[in-house]
Amino acid sequence: MATESENLESLVNRRYEHGFVTDIATESLPPGLDEDVVRAISARKKEPEWLLEWRLQAYRQWLEMEEPEWAHIHYPKINYDEISYYAAPKSDDDRPKSLDEVDPKLLETYDKLGIPLHERARLAGVAVDAVFDSVSVATTFKGKLADAGVIFCSFSEAVIEHPELVRKYLGTVVPRRDNYFAALNSAVFSDGSFVYIPKGVRCPMELSTYFRINAANTGQFERTLIVADEGSYVSYLEGCTAPMRDENQLHAAIVELVTLDDAEIKYSTVQNWYPGDENGVGGIYNFVTKRGDCRGANSKISWTQVETGSAITWKYPSCILRGENSVGEFYSVAVTNNLQQADTGTKMIHIGRNTRSTIVSKGISAGRAQQSYRGLVRVMPQAVGARNHTQCDSLLIGKDCGAHTFPYMEIKNPSAKIEHEATTSKISANQLFYCRQRGISEEDAVNMIVNGFCKEVFKELPMEFAVEAQALLNVSLEGAVG
Amino acid sequence: MLEIKNLRSRIGDTEILRGLSLSVNAGEVHAIMGPNGSGKSTLAQVVAGHQDYEVTDGSVTFKGNDLLELEPEERAREGIFLGFQYPVEIPGVNNAYLLKAALNAKRKHQGLGEIDAFEFLKMAREKMASLGMDPKFLNRGVNEGFSGGEKKRNEILQMAMLEPELAILDETDSGLDIDALKAVATGVNALRSPDRAIVLVTHYQRLLDYIEPDFVHVLSEGRIVKSGDKTLAFELEEKGYDWLREAASA
Repeated sequence: MATESENLESLVNRRYEHGFVTDIATESLPPGLDEDVVRAISARKKEPEWLLEWRLQAYRQWLEMEEPEWAHIHYPKINYDEISYYAAPKSDDDRPKSLDEVDPKLLETYDKLGIPLHERARLAGVAVDAVFDSVSVATTFKGKLADAGVIFCSFSEAVIEHPELVRKYLGTVVPRRDNYFAALNSAVFSDGSFVYIPKGVRCPMELSTYFRINAANTGQFERTLIVADEGSYVSYLEGCTAPMRDENQLHAAIVELVTLDDAEIKYSTVQNWYPGDENGVGGIYNFVTKRGDCRGANSKISWTQVETGSAITWKYPSCILRGENSVGEFYSVAVTNNLQQADTGTKMIHIGRNTRSTIVSKGISAGRAQQSYRGLVRVMPQAVGARNHTQCDSLLIGKDCGAHTFPYMEIKNPSAKIEHEATTSKISANQLFYCRQRGISEEDAVNMIVNGFCKEVFKELPMEFAVEAQALLNVSLEGAVG
Repeated sequence: MLEIKNLRSRIGDTEILRGLSLSVNAGEVHAIMGPNGSGKSTLAQVVAGHQDYEVTDGSVTFKGNDLLELEPEERAREGIFLGFQYPVEIPGVNNAYLLKAALNAKRKHQGLGEIDAFEFLKMAREKMASLGMDPKFLNRGVNEGFSGGEKKRNEILQMAMLEPELAILDETDSGLDIDALKAVATGVNALRSPDRAIVLVTHYQRLLDYIEPDFVHVLSEGRIVKSGDKTLAFELEEKGYDWLREAASA
């Protein structure tokens, strides 16, 4: 697609690249966003020309787009010129080659979260691709995965090592101009994970990435792409943490999943980014686009998420059910406390015949938090025999929080079977008194009731993740009652 | 065991208990009767520590200690059990989980370790069999979708498992068919022992056909207006409560 004008442009660009050499030697880019910044990021990562061009187009599209305002969330206008779009840990060249070389402070943070990297990797047989700021610092179990033919590496590495795969699938699930934040991510994405499971391979272990935002005032723009080739299976775990801080941080990630015929991806997330303090100061702004494309017949994509963090969450992991008999699932627990706001849900787009989808959403609000479930079920005219079941439950703790439900249904085939159930309940004083009269403390009672409420979702999580999720929920709701 | 002296309590601006005194010793079964609104349930709730009831005067001691100082869960761990008139539903939390959490909270308080899962199941199944309960109940949500009778049996099951020193049953007999009533009575009678006391709050004499009380008290307008043995219950059944009310105001 290299037209004459583009060639000319790239020549111009090259001059800019040179002009930037000294600047990019610094660890972080100065705040602000323009084409030079996009070029600098691309150059820093030694990306091929086509990818730079891809980024620049995204950037130009982004400039023409408007930040969405339809979500039920309120936040001060983001000044995109105050954000730094690239940060790397000290000296990219001597990145740690093994866990022993990883910054002990990073390991300490994992410890606090009950995720000792060593132990976890060894005991659970989990390969870990930890993203520290924007660059991967530890990748393990590569050998075992390589034996199975599985590719699991940082996105930047995949661009260099497997350009044909990246180029084939990048942006095919979430197009650059899909939405404002997706366009931004496409222009400036820093790093993330890439997974490819070859035909007929069942990935020998659960793949896991722990994301962490660290450098102050740095936007985090992860990009994850997972491709499950015909008849393959992978379970992928994503967990996120961020240390305490005061400034709001923008996070606009993209996750793209592709399943070909008979393939399955199970994608589980535990998200606990800094939600801000009890007065709503600080916290992460999380504008994420996650989408899976069941491209092949009989394929399946399952999203399970436990969301407790972020000041603002804007997130709708979705499935495009293109292949015949393909299956999409969305299991979600979202917790908002204090002044957190979340507008989250899913989209199930039924295109193929006999496609099925299940949505189970559990929202828990405490403090003065506001939470919305926003879900779309769309059945296209050709989707004969499509089925959907949606269950959407809200639990309120205290009287100052809110829960809202916005279900959208667009059914264009009369053979579709669509079910929607929704409930809103409160943890009542009577329930708490009942438990306390049985000798159970108020805090334990709240945890017990909340965990009971979320059970349907927790049972979808991989075992060790479920335990972690439960612990996280308890921490998130500390002091929510009384 | 339980000493209540001149207890006054209100909910909002309404005073409900107006100088109630009651003494319950280990090994005794007391029945508290009285018309609607006389304060029977309030008495049960105040002893259990419900936050909506404010104690304005008087004292309550349990095993010699000031009960009013304790949080509801501390009272429970000390051995007070309240069988609720309207047991709440807790969707998603299964019965076994709640029972185990309650049992372990008490054991921890007594300096014991957590109950072994196998031992717990064995104990629960035995108690359920004696109450005519299907073992499947253990895996259902706490009172979730239970019939009235099932909820009351479930209260008795919890009581049987927790083996309280003082059990207060608040209208456990109301709305029960005869089979459920017998099952409840079986559970209560099994708990009777020289170390324990049982207080039955009831509207009808019917329950007392199955659980024989040592003492019967009649509550009216927030005070005990008459106490006697089980024959008092029969008298009430015959004459209604009005004659007592007249006697009290005279």
